[in-house]
Amino acid sequence: MILTAIISLGGIGITGAVLLYAASKKFEVYEDPRIAQVQDVLPAANCGGCGYPGCSGFATACVNADSLDNLLCPVGGVEVMNKVSTILGKEAGKADPMIAVVRCNGACEARPHTNQYDGAQNCAIASSLYGGETGCSYGCFGYGDCVTSCLFGAIHINPETLLPEVIDDKCTACGACVKACPKSIIELRKKGPKSRRIYVGCVNQDKGGVARKACNHACIGCSKCEKECQFEAIAIANNLAYIDPMKCRLCRKCVPVCPTNSIIETNFPPRKEKVTEDNSANNQLII
Amino acid sequence: MLRTFRIGGIHPPESKLSAGKKISLLDIPEQVIIPLAQHIGAPAQAVVKKGDVVKTGTLIGKAGGFVSANIHSSVSGKVTKIDNALDASGYKRPAVFIDVEGDEWEESIDRNGNLIKECNLSPKEIINKITEAGIVGMGGATFPTQVKLMPPPGNKAELLIINAAECEPYLTSDHSLMMEKGEEIIAGISILMKAIDTKRAVIGIEHNKPDAIAHFSNLVKGYAGMEVMPLKSRYPQGGEKQLIDAVIRRQVKSGALPISVGAVVQNVGTAFAVYEAVQKNKPLIERVVTVTGKNLSNPSNLLVRIGTPIRNLIDAAGGLPEHTGKIIGGGPMMGKALISADVPATKGSSGILILSHEETIRKPMYECIRCAKCVNVCPMGLNPTLLMDATDFKDWELAEKNYIVDCIECGSCSYTCPANRVLLDYIRLGKGKVMGIIRARKS
Repeated sequence: MILTAIISLGGIGITGAVLLYAASKKFEVYEDPRIAQVQDVLPAANCGGCGYPGCSGFATACVNADSLDNLLCPVGGVEVMNKVSTILGKEAGKADPMIAVVRCNGACEARPHTNQYDGAQNCAIASSLYGGETGCSYGCFGYGDCVTSCLFGAIHINPETLLPEVIDDKCTACGACVKACPKSIIELRKKGPKSRRIYVGCVNQDKGGVARKACNHACIGCSKCEKECQFEAIAIANNLAYIDPMKCRLCRKCVPVCPTNSIIETNFPPRKEKVTEDNSANNQLII
Repeated sequence: MLRTFRIGGIHPPESKLSAGKKISLLDIPEQVIIPLAQHIGAPAQAVVKKGDVVKTGTLIGKAGGFVSANIHSSVSGKVTKIDNALDASGYKRPAVFIDVEGDEWEESIDRNGNLIKECNLSPKEIINKITEAGIVGMGGATFPTQVKLMPPPGNKAELLIINAAECEPYLTSDHSLMMEKGEEIIAGISILMKAIDTKRAVIGIEHNKPDAIAHFSNLVKGYAGMEVMPLKSRYPQGGEKQLIDAVIRRQVKSGALPISVGAVVQNVGTAFAVYEAVQKNKPLIERVVTVTGKNLSNPSNLLVRIGTPIRNLIDAAGGLPEHTGKIIGGGPMMGKALISADVPATKGSSGILILSHEETIRKPMYECIRCAKCVNVCPMGLNPTLLMDATDFKDWELAEKNYIVDCIECGSCSYTCPANRVLLDYIRLGKGKVMGIIRARKS
């Protein structure tokens, strides 16, 4: 009895093995082994920030591409791209590291509430219903669609200002929050040397007076910053200033001229106190 | 046994506080704000500029496309500016501001109250007049009327259904109009019948308006092919597809137009506007608005010039009561909370509802308990809880497969949910997304 069982089971096993072997030879799909190698060095976040469906899609694209110029894993950054370039023997593209910035500076005290919203705490739903709890219909709702969209915990709502804040070290510039924000407030910008950036913290396109009435920190499109800038990096369109990160040299001259303090500078050392002429004269006398 | 639609539906407390009240004329305000987007479709293009002097009935905005409508000045005076103004949508959109001076009407408008029954115009001429007058669906959806009267080639209207259900709680604007302007409405219906070349018209009235049913049953006696059908009160009977099902027992397929089952549906207020446009050359510049609320001292039906600030309407109804929680533009089911009392009344403003603070307190939302009450009440036979989850998880494929675009946004699901889930808010969001995806796929 046992013998029959061994023979029959063994027979089935061998037949199966032969069939599987034949099938694997016949239907074999060749996959470049480098795809797996590239995938191994990728961060495996599958965030889609590179524009491809997950890390495997990006790895395939890297292997098939002629050059890595337009390919960048925003999560891994230059480090990972260098590893990919060693595996593939292609030169890594020179992409500037990016970061998400929140272009709304309308904290509670600057932007008084004109109504109350008690519906679903979801920015997309609120935006489908109306312009928001304040007079500014462009500004941040603060219900945190960007926070829930972030896979890396890089964005949170500041409990005091009720505005989202990006943690520089954690943000990978995958762009999930940019897509999640129904008001298009979040923008991916050049991270800048030492994380130093200058940008306009407002997206309000209303006329100056209307914008200012709704929010103390609104850009009123006065074009003072545009005149101050020596590098033609600032342009005014639709009553709103925009600083081109590619042209901006981070001189910071535009920041103090803004009458509403709507230009934001990050990670700069504190400014030196301006020495008035009288004081300097006194100093000279003492010396 | 009275008829009603066969799937779902609810019956919220009717609270028709202003029923039986005569329509009273509201004074012309000092300034009107007339939005250029008062209808579904492309906004109108302004044809006046700052400083222009306009008369009551002057064209100030020209239709911006096929699905769009003309906008006329509702007062005489001077255009002070064309600027963005907050409207019932909750956003600032282009509008014409006019400072009122006197009340001088365009000469072409016949302001005589005589009833003119005879209409010798051809269907094309009727539709042209309706297009010129900028008439839109007066039930609240504000779909341009002329588009509905021009069915795509190959379709023929068998009958005209007049929507006099007024199923929304609180609202009585259509009811009061029917009681006071019955003859004109019937004349308007016969014009509409001529425009779509049909011999039959059915006026669907809910049985909570027995006086209107009796009045109209008398009125239609002199007209061939017109009949009144009393319907069992049920929300959302005024929905186009629900009314067709209730009246002729035909169901419109998903994505199809009512004309595919041979029906054209028009609101009773629209029929009145059509009468005035065709027989009196009067564009759509005023409408009846119900101003109501349990704490309001004098709930009323007001004849209001388009562009009048809501504040004036509320003052005419006794002033804003203390402890007001919300001002709703429209009825309690489909209406929308307004964020300012300065937004203007538009062509689609069927009512203004003042809710006290206590009435507007939201109960906390709990997890879905799978009771399927929302599935039972959905008049389109959808599965609201599934659609809400699909939207929450951004699974647009699942949402599309489950016919999210068929949702008529009646809010029966949110009304009935024992876990206080905001089903409609999510579904409306998902519906918008899926419609965008479908449009992108087609183009």
